[in-house]
Amino acid sequence: MMTSSLEPLTDRSQPNAVPMSVIEAKPPWHLIDVKELKEYRDLFFFLVWRDFKVLYAQTILGFSWALINPLIQIVMFTIIFGNIANVSTDGIPYVLFSSVAIIPWTYMAASMTQSSQSLIQGQTMLGKVYFPRLLFPLTPILSRTVDFGISIVILFCVMVYFGVSPTWNLVLFPFFVLYMMAIPCGIGLWLSSLAIRFRDVKQAMPFFIQMLMYTAPIVYSASSIPEHYRILYSLNPIVGVIEGFRACVLGLPMPWMYIWPGMLMAALLLISGAFYFKRMERVVVDVI
Amino acid sequence: MHNSTISIKAEQLSKCYRLGLKEDLHDTFGVSLLNFLKAPLANYRKYRSLYNFDDVNLDKKDAPSDITWALKDVSFEVKVGEVVGIIGVNGAGKSTLLKILSRITPPTSGKAFIRGKVSSLLEVGTGFHPDLTGRENVYLNGTILGMRKKEIDRKFDEIVDFSGVERFIDTPVKRYSSGMKARLAFAVAAHLEPEILLIDEVLAVGDARFQKKCINKMQDVSQQGRTVLFVSHNMPSITRLCPRTILLNAGGVLADGPSHDVVNVYMHHEKSSKAEREWPDLDRAPGDDVVRLCAMRVKTKDGHVTETVDIRQPVGIEMEYEVLQPQKRLFIYFHVVNEEGIEVFQSFQTDSSHQIGPFKPGRYVSTAWIPGNFLGEGVLFISPTMRTHFPGTPHVREKDVVAFQVVASVDSDSLSAEFFPKRGGVVWPLLQWETECRTNGNYVAAKTLSAEKIVK
Repeated sequence: MMTSSLEPLTDRSQPNAVPMSVIEAKPPWHLIDVKELKEYRDLFFFLVWRDFKVLYAQTILGFSWALINPLIQIVMFTIIFGNIANVSTDGIPYVLFSSVAIIPWTYMAASMTQSSQSLIQGQTMLGKVYFPRLLFPLTPILSRTVDFGISIVILFCVMVYFGVSPTWNLVLFPFFVLYMMAIPCGIGLWLSSLAIRFRDVKQAMPFFIQMLMYTAPIVYSASSIPEHYRILYSLNPIVGVIEGFRACVLGLPMPWMYIWPGMLMAALLLISGAFYFKRMERVVVDVI
Repeated sequence: MHNSTISIKAEQLSKCYRLGLKEDLHDTFGVSLLNFLKAPLANYRKYRSLYNFDDVNLDKKDAPSDITWALKDVSFEVKVGEVVGIIGVNGAGKSTLLKILSRITPPTSGKAFIRGKVSSLLEVGTGFHPDLTGRENVYLNGTILGMRKKEIDRKFDEIVDFSGVERFIDTPVKRYSSGMKARLAFAVAAHLEPEILLIDEVLAVGDARFQKKCINKMQDVSQQGRTVLFVSHNMPSITRLCPRTILLNAGGVLADGPSHDVVNVYMHHEKSSKAEREWPDLDRAPGDDVVRLCAMRVKTKDGHVTETVDIRQPVGIEMEYEVLQPQKRLFIYFHVVNEEGIEVFQSFQTDSSHQIGPFKPGRYVSTAWIPGNFLGEGVLFISPTMRTHFPGTPHVREKDVVAFQVVASVDSDSLSAEFFPKRGGVVWPLLQWETECRTNGNYVAAKTLSAEKIVK
């Protein structure tokens, strides 16, 4: 492999043209390596797809579980809160009231829980192969949207039954879907990195989810909250999502005062979650 | 053709861990809350110390006792297209080095420079999910290893063909035997096309036939001009695939050079008395009041005790023994057994001389010479026996007293893979072949191919 004396010393076609990347103890810091994520987008797709396929593999009911889960909750809550406790819902039939809320909530609960466990569950892979660690908590966020998409069928049926006609508010539906996805994303980024430190994040999750459900107007109406607490209340981003979906689907006036504070919080959660995750990302394998 | 371009450059790479701390720290929220109240920052500092080593003196002198260094100032350079073996005992730091170069874990200090895309094979079948079919797992595993979907589409048929599980490619992987799983996983990995490939002992899967396929594939990869770092415990595969080897020991580089030499250092350093066994105290030496075996050695032609033997060189098996009572006759012989437990051959002193006695009392040394170009690659174990009667109880019968390793080098001036292919069989004798041309009834004697002409 000798070079002739006529060849230039810096020939652009030679591998010298490929720059060298550095691995070191304390690398320069950046928030998200978008280029890397783009390189691994095929992997992301397959991980999401695997997540979804595997959940319903070998079940008789298959994908219809995506329907049964929210359906049972709707029935249960209608009986308990709608009929027995007779919670006020501003005149909206309870079934309709709760369906609009339960379907996005089911998505948020499932994706939050899975996302928080993502690093722990994937620890063998973490130690054996490199791909952007961000894919771990992000995968359930995307794979559960498929379940969400399937359960929209319920919403559609209920709307048709009650004769709810679509309004222009529906245009905002995709916006609220994104808003809905951002919340478990931010929480998942935080919880997944915390879970490798405190193992009882896993134990606490069911309790945490239960608690969270009652902090949002899912089984009751937001109007039940006393006036002076409303701002504080709306700091919970889930409130904004649920109220937003309700207004969107049922054609009610959009309650922006519930939505803005929540959006701010969601953005904060997302950004701080990304920061913390990035900080822990490199040392995850040593600490897990 | 490339100038000498550097593919990987490691500069004082070091990695340390805190001993035992991890298990102490994974407490519950309640306990840590209590600890927080007792000493607010202590627990947080403890946790941080798991990954923060600012307190550690990087000169590595007077290191705190809870620190263990997995790698200590490892430096080396690998050029584009080089195939380098990495050997060392368990715990020497080989896997840690690969993990750092793969970005799975960061170094504590030091730097590494990498040119191009790195694919690492630290485990076969990463990401395989039992509920998915073979086809689906190929895509999943392939993308995990860094391939793009289009790339997998292109190579899919090749991959399935290499693995041999074509018939079952659409069955869920949980129905596969472990061998099939390993073959499919390796097939995916074998079709990676990165600039740099890091392999960690994954060739130890599958049966002998499949292993051969894997080694051949590794040879193809190295011939394509990719840089390969190959960690293994299997010395014959190291010497066959890698012209250069780095020996790691206790986190540092012990040797870096031609594979044959480095493997020798390794074997000598690690199991120093493997090729030599001595019993200085006659009372403890194997045997009885007739004869005692005092020592056994594996030697080269120039008299050095050696662990590693070049396949072309003769090997001397030396037995040193003390005869205590005058003997009319004494049968001395040994068995040679390979790594798989197969007996390769036995050799008797009487094979070359009819002198089996009489023996006056005294110290004797007998050496049997195994010719070069005869033994096969691998480790061989020698078990000696001494007796006066057949049958009857032998005076000396010991198992696996000494062992040595036969290796074939990859130097370009001697055994090229073309002219000396790896072969099956318990022995690899270099036979004399004669070829004549017999056309038109004329007997034209053609040149005979002599082994010595090919092997300098």
